[in-house]
Amino acid sequence: MTPLLVLEQLLNGVQFGVMLFLMAAGLTLVFGIMNLVNFAHGSIYMIGAYLCAYTYGRTGSYILAILAALAGALVIGIAVETIVFRRLYRRDHLDQVLATFGLILFFNESVRLIWGDTALYSSVPPFLAGRVAIFPGMTYPLYRLAIIVVGLAVAVALYLLVMKTRLGMLIRAGASNRTMVGALGVDIALLFTLLFGLGAMLAALSGLLAGPVFSVTAGMGDGVLILAIVVIVIGGIGSIRGAFIAALLIGVVDTMGRVFLRPMLAAFMAKSAADNAGPALASMAIYILMAVVLYFRPQGLFPPRGR
Amino acid sequence: MRLDAYRIAVAVSFLVLALVPAAAWAADRPFYLDLFTRVMVFAIAALSLDLILGYGGMVSFGHAAYLGLGSYAVGILDHYGIDNGFIQFGAAILVSALTAAFIGAVSLRTSGVSFVMITLAFAQMLYFLFISLNVFGGDDGMSIVRHSDFGGAVPLDNPTILYFAVFAVLAFCFWGSGRLVESRFGMTLRGARSNARRMTAIGFPIFRYRLAAFVISASMCGVAGALLANQLLFVSPAIMHWSRSGEIIIMVIMGGIGSLLGAILGAAAYVMLEHELSALTEHWLVILGPLLILIVLFAKRGLYGLIAREGGAAGG
Repeated sequence: MTPLLVLEQLLNGVQFGVMLFLMAAGLTLVFGIMNLVNFAHGSIYMIGAYLCAYTYGRTGSYILAILAALAGALVIGIAVETIVFRRLYRRDHLDQVLATFGLILFFNESVRLIWGDTALYSSVPPFLAGRVAIFPGMTYPLYRLAIIVVGLAVAVALYLLVMKTRLGMLIRAGASNRTMVGALGVDIALLFTLLFGLGAMLAALSGLLAGPVFSVTAGMGDGVLILAIVVIVIGGIGSIRGAFIAALLIGVVDTMGRVFLRPMLAAFMAKSAADNAGPALASMAIYILMAVVLYFRPQGLFPPRGR
Repeated sequence: MRLDAYRIAVAVSFLVLALVPAAAWAADRPFYLDLFTRVMVFAIAALSLDLILGYGGMVSFGHAAYLGLGSYAVGILDHYGIDNGFIQFGAAILVSALTAAFIGAVSLRTSGVSFVMITLAFAQMLYFLFISLNVFGGDDGMSIVRHSDFGGAVPLDNPTILYFAVFAVLAFCFWGSGRLVESRFGMTLRGARSNARRMTAIGFPIFRYRLAAFVISASMCGVAGALLANQLLFVSPAIMHWSRSGEIIIMVIMGGIGSLLGAILGAAAYVMLEHELSALTEHWLVILGPLLILIVLFAKRGLYGLIAREGGAAGG
């Protein structure tokens, strides 16, 4: 367990956390402003990954692949919003959860129908392949570094959008009092559709970045969705700042747990016991973290104000 | 008048279930015995969820976890050569209850959508836990060698006897749930669903009532899991997958939320729909998904709603 290994895993954790943030941001934005639970968010993530991998494999142009994934997610997001979600805003959360559950089943199986059961091959574009030296004596995959940079850039852009622009002002106003914003003459339905499209594009971005790191399979969005849910529950549902901090926390804790828990346990218990307990504990670590946070702060770490 | 219609519906439902083995035997389709055993196992699970969802307003998106814990209680004890049914079912109930007490103590501090998400996350935690437990087969699951042994009195390896054992448990759970929701405890629970603040103001510790209901519900679901293990003689983490939790909620909704008979009808409808659709095409989920959305949007009162409407008065 050298310091360099720890540093590398820390970077992996940040990279994972940043991807979770892209997912959680869309989820928490849509919930905070539209009061809508969108479990189908993971499906958009999956669709983004598939469209990117497929287009890149077909055309060989990474730019085109990114555009295809984002545009596809935008179109599907807006279509789903107008066809299904419009009818759900006034319903209770149970209806929203169930309808989006139906969407997940539909999208997962559609992907299986179109691209088959086996994972779609997804490669890193040549200009992001290879490793770069971060310090003398330590290299890190360029692609993973790019994910961190993109994720942080999106976080900053999102912050500027929400805090410094007119659209962001409307988003914040809509979050604290929807009816009043509507009464002041803002087209709430349009605002919702825009926001939904934005959330869908963030999910697709997360998915297309994830493609070469994880495998592109049907149902790949489900696990990430549940992690994103853990993130927004810890961060405080509706809070983007909370989502950012919680995402990094989850990413680092999960990655570190998987790498270091087994050797740490092996230091003071039998190897076979550690081999069993290590992975088991590692897979539970973030949920235990969630339980501890919720026990002391049921509203999450950074509950949004004025609601 | 409506009460009578309800009683007739209950009597007809249980009569149909009681006649299934004879009908399956007469038609020479032993397969239906298997299908309806599955229907009744999931009816118990749906009943347990309806208890807290329909009467307590608690949307647990993690009930498959207790189904899995019940199954694994049978599987793990069998793995160590303990096939005594009383110990196995006792363990299923105890483990489910203790886990629910822990999960409930944390998740019931919140409500609404947070509760949905937290129950889902904890169920996922257990799912990953059992995937990582290689001693018990990990991802591939484990086979169960023997059925639960109740001193030789109830040989569950006979499919017909297993069927009637599940039938008896379902009937008991249905009766017990009916008593529970009409009791003072049940009234408190329903009061807390309608207006939690008022119930707190008049002095009810609703957190404790909800936690108790959550634990009872989980224990019942654990029994369903133990029965499922006896039917399949196999248990794997797939049974705890979050989509399974979603399915149990769908059963409650399809049957009609907040009616105990509805939970049974919903389970029957869902299991048969699953059976028919999967016979139709390999990609049956493409049909089921949109169907669920349509049910949520347009048929919220479920199958029980149809019966209640014919009975005249609108059900609460």
